[in-house]
Amino acid sequence: MEFDWSVIEDAMPALLGGARLTILITIAGLVGGLIVGFVAGLMRAYGNVILNAIAFVYIELVRGTPIVVQVMFIYFALPVLADIRVNPMTAAITAIVVNAGAYIAEIVRGSFISVHKGLREAGLALGLPTWKVLVYIIGPVAFRRMIPPLGNQVIVSLKDTSLFIVIGVGELTRQGQEIMAANFRAVEIWTAVAILYLLMTGTLTLILRITERRMRIL
Amino acid sequence: MSIVEFRNVTKAFGKVVVLREVDLNIEVGQVVVLIGPSGSGKSTLLRCINALEEINGGDLVVDGISVKAGRSNVRVIRQEAGMVFQQFNLFPQMTAMQNVAFGPQHVRGHSRAEALEQARALLAKVGLSDRGSHYPSELSGGQQQRVAIARALAVKPKLMLFDEPTSALDPELRHEVLGVMQALAEEGMTMIVVTHEMAFARRVGKRMIFMENGKISVDGDPATLLSNSENPRLREFLQHVH
Repeated sequence: MEFDWSVIEDAMPALLGGARLTILITIAGLVGGLIVGFVAGLMRAYGNVILNAIAFVYIELVRGTPIVVQVMFIYFALPVLADIRVNPMTAAITAIVVNAGAYIAEIVRGSFISVHKGLREAGLALGLPTWKVLVYIIGPVAFRRMIPPLGNQVIVSLKDTSLFIVIGVGELTRQGQEIMAANFRAVEIWTAVAILYLLMTGTLTLILRITERRMRIL
Repeated sequence: MSIVEFRNVTKAFGKVVVLREVDLNIEVGQVVVLIGPSGSGKSTLLRCINALEEINGGDLVVDGISVKAGRSNVRVIRQEAGMVFQQFNLFPQMTAMQNVAFGPQHVRGHSRAEALEQARALLAKVGLSDRGSHYPSELSGGQQQRVAIARALAVKPKLMLFDEPTSALDPELRHEVLGVMQALAEEGMTMIVVTHEMAFARRVGKRMIFMENGKISVDGDPATLLSNSENPRLREFLQHVH
């Protein structure tokens, strides 16, 4: 077979549009996911029995089910159950928030409890309230330790957006699929799609490397 | 005037009783050396004073406040009782200067400039004027421990608690930390020191307490106890640490 560059050229505007949507879902989803993850993670690490149990159930529900099932549930089952109508884009973003939030919660919890307990004692011994110890002493140390696993989660979430093909969000994979269905040029289209994903994840990896180098992991 | 008062204090970790009905009064200005075999409860006794360990029975009054008087009172006790740990526990993301300035700023509510000014003076006092911008990971153990002493002093405590401050240090680095502690004692600071440094105990200590099985078994003058104690177990213990 012959690799036809003009196919890629013709498809590129649509694919780039899809990539833009992929980035948008990832960013919006991860901003929410970080907030949810921090709250749930701190509930797990420092919350009382009730807060801990709530966070635990949330994390286990999400980690125990596939993200495709989660987005299907949000998009198709929620309207039936609770009469909440959501458009595909909202469903997609919500799915990333909920899904990434659970994994980030475990990252946050792990990082905080990995900080040597002597630092907590040193802070308390100065006469600080617990929240100040967490914010000023444990937090900054834990945050540095979160960077590598958080970077990993960002890449995973970005690729997870490709699964939203099932609810018809026009992200990168969906765009590729639609073009392919019209021209049957599987090799060109999927190569182009793969390279676009690689460009996005490659950029993330680079940013991650630079951040790690600038922030000494303690 | 007593600054620390143990009244019948009991402390247990689960079923293991670590302090058994301890009674103890420590006066302002005293330098108390706490010795005993490992597991005898000396570190726990120290950590009960600033409520890092919660007592299970009896009462413990520090500078007129009970450790059982609630969270905000416990914070006041901790501000009055500075602590130095075996493992230094400096904040790794902060420089030496920031470590020392942290307490005045966040506990005493001083301005940043004021806190840094104080920190500079305290670092000079422990002989580390030129190390202010170094991170803990860039300092030797002895230097780290001296920064930790400066950090505790920065909150202006009335009492200092030392939990085996030289045990994690190489022998040649110990004297620099002990020197700072001696200077502090000579200024009249009230100090309670858990240690195995008998030479320091003899030279600086004004009172020596020997603990065994969660109880105070000998309490007296360091020089007398170190040269001829009547307690056979203390004599045996001293043979092992010497």
